[in-house]
Amino acid sequence: MNNKHIMVVENLQTYYRTRLKEHVYAVDGVSFELEEGKVLGIAGESGCGKSTLALSLMAFYFPPLHFKVGSILIDGVDVMKLPYEKLRTQVLGEKIAYIPQAAMNALNPTKRIIRFIEDIFHEHRPKMSKIQVYQMVSERFKSLNLPPRVLEAFPNELSGGMKQRTVIAISTLMNPTILIADEPTSALDVTSQKVVMSMLKKLMEKGYVKSMIFITHELPLLVHIADDIMVMYAGEIVERGKAKDVIFDPIHPYSKALMNAIIVPEKDIKNQKLASIPGAPPNLKKVLRGCRFLERCRYRSDSCVSINVDKISEMKHPSRTYRCIFDIDTLQEMYKKESQSDGR
Amino acid sequence: MADNNVILSGKNVTRIFGYGKKKVIAVNNVDFEINKGEIVSIVGESGSGKTTLARIILGLLKQTSGELLFDGKRRKMNSYKERLNYWKNVQAIFQDPFSSFNQFHKIERVLRDCVGLSGLSLTEAEIVSKMREAFEFVNLKYEELYNKYPFELSGGQMQRVMISRIFMLKPNILIADEPTSMIDVCSRATILDMLMKLRVEINMTIVFITHDVGLSYYLSDKIFIMEKGKIVERGNAVDIITNPQHPYTIQLLDDVPKLHEAWNLG
Repeated sequence: MNNKHIMVVENLQTYYRTRLKEHVYAVDGVSFELEEGKVLGIAGESGCGKSTLALSLMAFYFPPLHFKVGSILIDGVDVMKLPYEKLRTQVLGEKIAYIPQAAMNALNPTKRIIRFIEDIFHEHRPKMSKIQVYQMVSERFKSLNLPPRVLEAFPNELSGGMKQRTVIAISTLMNPTILIADEPTSALDVTSQKVVMSMLKKLMEKGYVKSMIFITHELPLLVHIADDIMVMYAGEIVERGKAKDVIFDPIHPYSKALMNAIIVPEKDIKNQKLASIPGAPPNLKKVLRGCRFLERCRYRSDSCVSINVDKISEMKHPSRTYRCIFDIDTLQEMYKKESQSDGR
Repeated sequence: MADNNVILSGKNVTRIFGYGKKKVIAVNNVDFEINKGEIVSIVGESGSGKTTLARIILGLLKQTSGELLFDGKRRKMNSYKERLNYWKNVQAIFQDPFSSFNQFHKIERVLRDCVGLSGLSLTEAEIVSKMREAFEFVNLKYEELYNKYPFELSGGQMQRVMISRIFMLKPNILIADEPTSMIDVCSRATILDMLMKLRVEINMTIVFITHDVGLSYYLSDKIFIMEKGKIVERGNAVDIITNPQHPYTIQLLDDVPKLHEAWNLG
């Protein structure tokens, strides 16, 4: 696989401006690259900034979300520098598509699905006739295992999972380079979840989208779809690596704690003690110094507290990046000791 | 298990919505028995009738036919007094913590109402100490929260306040209808641990309703699998997960993403 970087994000900082003119830095200095043909998973608990990151990546800011610094390069073009009209017509939907959590509510209840799609084509491909649109869309729907009768239906005739799949299919009609899926399955039950997941996989296989960013807090999902995983905490990326490595062998204490909260129906889970992380994420209104996970970290030491830097820098390792002052061996030693004392 | 342990049972419980052509049988001739001190999970996909069954057990919906026995006697829900009496014994936690609260009332009032429902006449100091105890049980600080409004709390905190309410009332049966589906993984572990703690400390019977087989396996002793209004498989949690018999159970287990096994997405 070639290592062409489709999307390069450099030091992205975005903030919410509150009613009281306070600034909340929900995404604080995020940098990463997205490779062609890869699925990047972003994990983290609620309020860690993962959804804000997804919104920010679209380069389409509306209050209270504002952009501070950073660059987002898609195919070598810095989309932050594009004028609004150009961004709207040439990037959104064409290069980058976004599926929010409750995507199914995007459908207009008074319009048949095909009318909705015709609207999109009217904007993006004005030269295509309605018949051409119908043919192209019904073929696309068929290839994604959606029955073409969906096109003539009103949204209320479809089930939740079906609606979600319809919206995903519609949002990828323009063959966007990047698809950002923000918890696309969290409102669905397990059976529909699986159907949606296999559809996302098919989108990648058939080359309708080149790369995908998949945001979720369900880690078992990420093992099966993502190639790489980033773990976010308090607006920062605390760990990044290959999916299998991050899940089965986490380095950062926060990732470690997240992995301990996984529940799957497998044999030994019943005897395993679930560990929850005490406390809540820090308030991002204040300017935070040093390690952001400090308050809730069970492995913290005096050197963590006394270290006097604005930001813990990322430690690089072959194929892994993480944000902690300890090196890998020290952390793994601590995890080992702990699991022995727990008796598992 | 001995028969006298059964705290709640249902016989041929059926609930039909609509009539004529649009008739939907949400719960179809369901028999069940729940023993005292057990955690029972009802698992099924959306539309399988699990929530309808929960609402029937709770007495919010009336069954079309069939009978419910509580403590060996037929359940009566005709007068206000009978209902009140029943709800002293059976309480619930719902899926959406954001709509479980009256947004105009402070958190304190939720707990004060519990004292009212349990019918005790306590002095002010006793009420406060009771509320403090209940908050401590769920690892919340009374001083920080009692004067707040629901919108100032996070989803996990709200759900914990709901559990502290249960702790004050000490009902015999708790019906938990997807209590963790709207909150994230980290708080989920906390909530589940608290439910387990309730069982240990006040020997509560818990009916846990979920679509997540993993959760039900982690938590419960017994699992009922529901499909299209019928319980298609029931039994010991370990047996069902390790050795599922009914095709629907096998499919459900197949649909859950697992860590160590390949997930067939084809």
